[in-house]
Amino acid sequence: MDDSREWPLYEVFVRARGGLDHKHVGSLHAADARMAIEHARDLYTRRQEGISIWVAASRDITASDPAETDSLFEPARDKIYRHPTFYEIPDEVKTL
Amino acid sequence: MNAPLAEAKALYRYLLRLGDLSLVLGQRLGEWVGHSPALEEDLGLANIALDLIGQARLLLTYAGEVEGRGRGEDELAFLREHGEYLNAIMVEQPNGDFGRTIVRQVLIDAFQLELYERMTASTDERLAAIAAKSVKEIRYHLRYSAGWLVRLGDGTDESHARVQSALESLWPYTVELFAEDELDLLMAERGVAPRLSEVRAAWAARIGELLTEATLNRPADRPHAWHGKRGQHSEHLGYILAEMQHLQRTYPGARW
Repeated sequence: MDDSREWPLYEVFVRARGGLDHKHVGSLHAADARMAIEHARDLYTRRQEGISIWVAASRDITASDPAETDSLFEPARDKIYRHPTFYEIPDEVKTL
Repeated sequence: MNAPLAEAKALYRYLLRLGDLSLVLGQRLGEWVGHSPALEEDLGLANIALDLIGQARLLLTYAGEVEGRGRGEDELAFLREHGEYLNAIMVEQPNGDFGRTIVRQVLIDAFQLELYERMTASTDERLAAIAAKSVKEIRYHLRYSAGWLVRLGDGTDESHARVQSALESLWPYTVELFAEDELDLLMAERGVAPRLSEVRAAWAARIGELLTEATLNRPADRPHAWHGKRGQHSEHLGYILAEMQHLQRTYPGARW
């Protein structure tokens, strides 16, 4: 089958419960977005895994380049002051 | 036969009509597993098949209780003979190609939806509860099948020609779905089920809109007499039952 006849790939995001974020769960082939939702429902929520589904065409997702990992993410490594770990937490505060 | 017994017998037969429709269609759809055009459609059709088998279980279990001879869902599903099945014969028609399966599914999904939506108000509380559960499933079935009908009908020349031809050949079987006999009328009179004439009007409107969207022509209605609802079936049912009942008849009482 040549590529133009293959259904495009969609990425699937499922929200497990109200209040949670949609999480990426996988990808599937579908002819259009509506079909992608139906396939996602049948593939990824058959065991009550979710209450909401997002699909996005994989081609519309721009990803960071693995070759640039060093320049993108290394510089954050020595900036530990960005973590809020330098505060004295009063004992009375329980739920931070 | 005294009056309460006759009423129970009528309800029993009516429940078989509903349950057998779901059972036979579910079995038919199951044939697609491993053979669908795409892995995703394998799962889509199998999911619908499982919903249908689930409906059949509820309906046949209830039918067994109403019958009062100690038969449960398994005895009714696997140990009845050809002439004891009361499904309309549309659902025993062969799957054909994917487009033909979709056309049959759309016609039945829309029928079941209009029927069960009304049956949620049944005077029979058990049936009303089964209908309420089934309606949620059937809405999804129709969403799936209608989506495909539009995609194929309004698709390529070949897909359009195939589903139009499937529609022409399956359309005559819709007559039986709405043909009211004494049993249907009795159930309507008791408030157990809606009038089929009312179901038909709603079904025709819904199907009409779908066919327009799918750029398909609605075939002309021709008078036809099928009697699957009375136990007179096409030869296809025999092959379905042979496969479906094989295990239970070879190993009676077999369980998981």
